[in-house]
Amino acid sequence: MPYDPTIAAIRYGYGLPAADPGSVAAMLDRLAGPDRALADWPAPNLAETVPLVQELGRLKVLRRNDPAQDKPYRAVAAELMQMTSVAGRAVIVRCMQSPDGFRERLAGFWGDHFTVVGRRPETRILPFVLLDEAIRPNMTGRFADLLTAVTLHPAMLIYLDQVSSFGPASIVGQRRKRGLNENLARELLELHTLGVGAGYGQDDVRQLAELLTGLTYDLRRGMVFDPRRAEPGAETVLGQVYDGKGMAPIRAALRDIAARPEVAAHLARKLAVHFVADDPDPALVAAIEAAWVGSGGDLPVVYGALLGHAAAWGPELQKARQPFDFMIAALRALQVPGEDIARMGFGPLRRMVLEPMAAMGQPFKTPGGPDGWSEAAEAWITPQGLAARITWGMEVPPRLVRPLPDPVDLAQRALGPMASERLLWAVARAENMREGVGLVLASPEFNRR
Amino acid sequence: MDRRRFLIGAGCSVAAHPLMTTLTLAGAAGLGENRLIVVILRGAMDGLDVVQPLGDAAFAGLRPGLAGGALPLDGFFGLHPGLGGLMPLWTAGDVGFVHATSTPYRDKRSHFDGQDLLEAGTGMDVAPGAQRDGWLNRMLQAVPGLSAETAFAVGREAIPLLAGAAPVRNWAPEQKLELSAQSRLLLEHVYHDDPLFAGAATEAMDLAADLGEARMGEGLMAQAVPKFADVDRLVAFAAQRLRGDTRIAAFSLSGWDTHRGQQAAIAGPLSRLERVILQMQAALGAQVWGKTVLMAMTEFGRTAAENGSRGTDHGTGGAMVLAGGALRGGRVLGRWPGLAEAELYDRRDLMPTSDVRDWAAQAMQGLYGFDRAVLEGAVFPGLQMTGGAGLLR
Repeated sequence: MPYDPTIAAIRYGYGLPAADPGSVAAMLDRLAGPDRALADWPAPNLAETVPLVQELGRLKVLRRNDPAQDKPYRAVAAELMQMTSVAGRAVIVRCMQSPDGFRERLAGFWGDHFTVVGRRPETRILPFVLLDEAIRPNMTGRFADLLTAVTLHPAMLIYLDQVSSFGPASIVGQRRKRGLNENLARELLELHTLGVGAGYGQDDVRQLAELLTGLTYDLRRGMVFDPRRAEPGAETVLGQVYDGKGMAPIRAALRDIAARPEVAAHLARKLAVHFVADDPDPALVAAIEAAWVGSGGDLPVVYGALLGHAAAWGPELQKARQPFDFMIAALRALQVPGEDIARMGFGPLRRMVLEPMAAMGQPFKTPGGPDGWSEAAEAWITPQGLAARITWGMEVPPRLVRPLPDPVDLAQRALGPMASERLLWAVARAENMREGVGLVLASPEFNRR
Repeated sequence: MDRRRFLIGAGCSVAAHPLMTTLTLAGAAGLGENRLIVVILRGAMDGLDVVQPLGDAAFAGLRPGLAGGALPLDGFFGLHPGLGGLMPLWTAGDVGFVHATSTPYRDKRSHFDGQDLLEAGTGMDVAPGAQRDGWLNRMLQAVPGLSAETAFAVGREAIPLLAGAAPVRNWAPEQKLELSAQSRLLLEHVYHDDPLFAGAATEAMDLAADLGEARMGEGLMAQAVPKFADVDRLVAFAAQRLRGDTRIAAFSLSGWDTHRGQQAAIAGPLSRLERVILQMQAALGAQVWGKTVLMAMTEFGRTAAENGSRGTDHGTGGAMVLAGGALRGGRVLGRWPGLAEAELYDRRDLMPTSDVRDWAAQAMQGLYGFDRAVLEGAVFPGLQMTGGAGLLR
């Protein structure tokens, strides 16, 4: 089976230096084991945020009429922000420190596939809890279980407005004159499963939206099914009829949708595009798709088909590292200890990590919409984006590591045999260490994978 | 992206590169004096809320939780109060609207495919994403000898509308870095063999980012910033260029995907759109504003009826917002199809009665005198222009 330790680190991890797993089989074995990074660098879970979210809601109402409540409101909002900051740092540190880089990259892939964005103080933590509570525990199992866990998680129900969708003929719908919200149903078919090119129609979206009514979220209990919101009667989605009460028809529909061949085709291509090339080898996509269909969406088998294909190990670095990947790879290459990031004051973290990522085009965990980030290299290596990478590479490392590494050593350490003659020639001629380090970090080979 | 092809090999010194000098000196002569600003409203603006058909008998019943407070425009339509600051411009004929319009995109109602089609300027016969350049760039391609300064993509987001073989410039706020001459030369050396990086590099090295005060308004751990600081910076930059040699500017405004609690959700995006128009008018000054048309367009409209959460879902027909001193405004253009159930598209959406591309083509024809054949061929393949609306003064 093809394998290369440098490619394994750069294309399927967060870059060099990295411990060499030794083979594809060993990479898959590690995935089959426990999620150590989640245990070693935990983040707050949804339940822990609930008391604060409740308190924030209470103060929000009070402060409308009582300016004296403004200060406690801000204090609670700041506390929630602190929790979000802990969660955000945990994600960064796991990617920096974990010896199982492929697992972290998969978490990144699925976190983007099932994008959730929080824009208010009480929702900013949602992408992180979705990642830890629904995605990571299920991304090494079956896709049907992953899809179900994500779709039913409060973070997704909130982000795609399911919590405010009501069966028009349901008890609550009738009494409060409320009706459907199609948002989750549409994105579930378009983005999460079938793909926009698949043969579903507006009726399927509508019927699925009706089927999903009843799903909502309760601060105390998490996801709940409220039969008083559920549209009565059967629904037909993609030709299948779903009838009956409670969660059973919803779970059945998610299972059936997950098993559709369009999902295999959509996700096989998306995996190949994310990991290997913006325009991947059709044979690679076909191999992944065949493994998906053959295994019924058993994700380790699917990952095995990706890693087992010769096209996955081609020497040409065809993808651009997204800004988050660039940032992690740079911190790793500079050998910044994870604890530094975990303990860093918020101001320096913002100036040296978060704002630069935004300037590179990728504000942390905040894509513009539910379709997540672009995969195209051209979307990232723009004049503005590259300017921000050059600037970071030239200016920030001296503030993070003292003394700065020798630029030639850095090139070897971060790129191994991928360091080009051109880069080594240029690095040796930099006017000072700072600019030499900047050259390495701004180089095409460091910004590709 | 052909800014790439154009810039390959173009080093830091203009003098050393006669090709670049020639192009720079060619200036904007080919386009004359008129200015076109295109604003992409991402997320699907609800045209029925922005320009409300108060005179349509079905309207109020469809949206009991949304309508209200509209400012009368022409006896039939009313303007959302969130754009109330534009009323003096409407009265002066410097603001107008097109209603019941859409791109040729139908049925799947996907934001992302819808925006692809809007910016590619193609019909449904071309798969979304298959057309690699944008229609505004293809317009530039039709004029030989333009400099890259003629057109600016403004803001951090990529603007596929302006991507393509004609050279354009990019600008995002907060960018300034001084690279040493040596670093610049070494970076050029490092980027030499990688066309993607080589293409972006020259411009990147002119820009570079100031990390000190960059974009505190964005991202996970955002901080409070003045409400309009970001749009004001974009407008100030674009206006400064448009007062000079630049003739075309494009940028985007997001936040229009109002599935829930629309009354509150649409207020922010509307106030930003209003701000853009008012600031642009002020910053361009009367003379340049008089030669300017601004067109704000979106990927599709939203459902005729409000949904179950006092918002609206993805629809079809929508509205365009037009502004500028060169516009013959004070009108709501487009044929009104009606909102009775049988008059709706798919019995749910406002029926489009015109093609967004048609209005853009009319503006380009009026501003720059393009042949109809160019507009219906190279710029918007497959479009049949209708004309006759007399869009400009």
